[in-house]
Amino acid sequence: MDPRDAILAAVRRNRPVGEHPLPPVPHFAVSEAGERAACFARSLELMGGKVLEPDPAADLLTAYLRGSGLAPPEIVCSAVPEIAGNRDLATVAHPRDLADVDVAVVRAACGVAETGSVLLTEAQLQVNAVAYLAQHLLVLLDPADIVASIHDAYDRPEFHQARYAVFHTGPSATADIEGVLVHGAQGVRSLTVVLLPRQPSSVPA
Amino acid sequence: MTDEPGGLIHPELRSERNESPVGPAGQRLQHAEGTSQPLRSKIRERQPRGAEVNGRRPIDHEAAAARFIAAPEHEKMHDERLWDLRSKRDAQMHAIPEWEELRELASQIKQHTLAHLDEYLEQFEAAAKANGVHVHWATDGAAHNRIVHGILRDHGAKRLIKSKSMLTEECGLRDYMAATGIEVVETDLGERIQQLDDEPPSHVVVPAVHKLRRDVAEVFSRTLGSDPDTDEVPYLAERQREATRPLILSADAGMTGGNFAVAETGSFVVCTNEGNADLSANVPALHIASIGIEKLIPRVEHLGVFIRLLSRSALGSPITQYTSHFRRPREGGEMHVVLVDNGRSARLGMAEFWTSLKCIRCGACMNTCPVFRRSGGLSYGATYAGPIGLILDPTFDKRKYSTLPFASTLNGSCSNVCPVKINIHEQIFAWRRVLAEEHEIPLVKRQMMQAAGAVLSRPALYRAAISTADSALRFLPRFAVYNRWNAWGAGREMPPAPKETFHTWYARTHPAADKGSGDGSA
Ligand code: SF4
Repeated sequence: MDPRDAILAAVRRNRPVGEHPLPPVPHFAVSEAGERAACFARSLELMGGKVLEPDPAADLLTAYLRGSGLAPPEIVCSAVPEIAGNRDLATVAHPRDLADVDVAVVRAACGVAETGSVLLTEAQLQVNAVAYLAQHLLVLLDPADIVASIHDAYDRPEFHQARYAVFHTGPSATADIEGVLVHGAQGVRSLTVVLLPRQPSSVPA
Repeated sequence: MTDEPGGLIHPELRSERNESPVGPAGQRLQHAEGTSQPLRSKIRERQPRGAEVNGRRPIDHEAAAARFIAAPEHEKMHDERLWDLRSKRDAQMHAIPEWEELRELASQIKQHTLAHLDEYLEQFEAAAKANGVHVHWATDGAAHNRIVHGILRDHGAKRLIKSKSMLTEECGLRDYMAATGIEVVETDLGERIQQLDDEPPSHVVVPAVHKLRRDVAEVFSRTLGSDPDTDEVPYLAERQREATRPLILSADAGMTGGNFAVAETGSFVVCTNEGNADLSANVPALHIASIGIEKLIPRVEHLGVFIRLLSRSALGSPITQYTSHFRRPREGGEMHVVLVDNGRSARLGMAEFWTSLKCIRCGACMNTCPVFRRSGGLSYGATYAGPIGLILDPTFDKRKYSTLPFASTLNGSCSNVCPVKINIHEQIFAWRRVLAEEHEIPLVKRQMMQAAGAVLSRPALYRAAISTADSALRFLPRFAVYNRWNAWGAGREMPPAPKETFHTWYARTHPAADKGSGDGSA
């Protein structure tokens, strides 16, 4: 028998007895204890991410580098109009060509206060792998795009429309050896979020 | 059970130096699998090896457990780290007022999906195909491996990078691929350590939790050429990152598992802390995902329930660092999903055991289990260790895993922490009965069962006795729980002793049925 038919037939044959109705998922209001953006920042910092207040007087990249204590990067790959990088994502032939990127800059589709997550899809990333191959990730997030909970985030259209949608909550991390936490296990060594409203021209994707 | 105020079971493991990163307020970070206290192994000790696996011979869990306990530095660190994960999980639970409601929802959603699995599988397949995803069906592990090999061969792939997947462990994919000439590279740090040391993972979430830093330093010096005398953790993690990255960049294909598959959208979700699944899926043009048929959930909105429970239960972290949703292949890419049965449809038909299919592989039951913490995951000699393993493994091989359901105190802690409310300890007991009936249990265990008498052979009676999990031990005969055959039962840190022996309890509660209680025939 065709394996598909065999599996489906076995599943039907062995169907558990009983009704087992699908329960409705109620709306859970997550306690945000104060302003949503502040709640987001607290959550993200517990997950190893950093939150940077935008400094209107300083250039964004300069302020980021100063704030995170990074050496001046050689290769900056930007998917946002606010920062001009020196590696054009539109010309990347293969994702591996991004292996030498020091800093990648993207804008999040939304943020989640409950967990400190940012949501990214191929629309924001352009080349998905940039968010993992870069050494450091800088994410711009409009405070107006922060939702309260993970439940609320799943109401977003991205989960029905995007090819790839990912919550980033802090940097790549591991504590597989004696529980000692290390940032930059395989992906980015740091993740910094700047709470910066969208420019009028950068309409959400 | 812990020292105050630091809360360690084994205070001698406390490290004077904090090695973990700190947050902006100077607080020590403890997300992902990070411990809440700085720990460090101090005594040099050989790593104890797991159970010997010999064809279908019953696994000698106790002998392997005894080896683990005879390596106290390993045993203590293992115990401490897993108890810490359990404590972090409790803290997360207390921070969410609707926790119990979420568990109940998760349980009901899973039960509903499993009861209508044929419909949801067909819905998932149709949606995935409409998204341009190739969908394959594998009746067993061998079929899964052949399908994966076929896809790789068709693409001329020479190297496969993959993220951690218990399903591919279950199918024996790495062993199979070794004979094909296609290189398989694990990209999760813990899983990579295990691969390089030629050991299976010992825990579904933290695969190398049974190893100390010096064990890892030894493995890496042997396989990656790192300095054998340096056992600083950031150094070891960095050596692995440096060694793995060129393999990732030059891989021809990537493989992930799937934590959830959404019927409505034909998408699947992968949760990792390292971002290694995203590298595996997004760097090579070819992405293969192996997904057990029980991973289905109906709709996207249900993900909210499970994602909120999964990492909190597993690690005591509100969410994993990466929660990745794959719906369609990226531009120019190709995506394959292999839906794997491998005994799941048969399990669905086992009235007492089908709800084990609700498992989301969080590992909380392992972290809380006193037997698991003291014996180490490799002592089970099976893909799934700990309480969930005790109820899954016999469905794969009743003879080989006949001893495992006895590696439990039946204290019910596993059922209490399970985010999908599987009655794990009741199923463990039910397996003991099934194995006794089918004569699959070894002599010593069978004597134990006979001596335990009517309670252990009559499920209704036993169910009543364990209706409140905390009291389970009080109603079990002492020798069924503590005996010289159970290495992990010796010594400290066992649940409180039963207040009555079986005989006094039985005489008190069943005066009329007292006679002949040993034959279990009622
Ligand atoms: S049985 Fe429950 S607690 Fe254990 S791994 Fe599965 S979901 Fe987690």
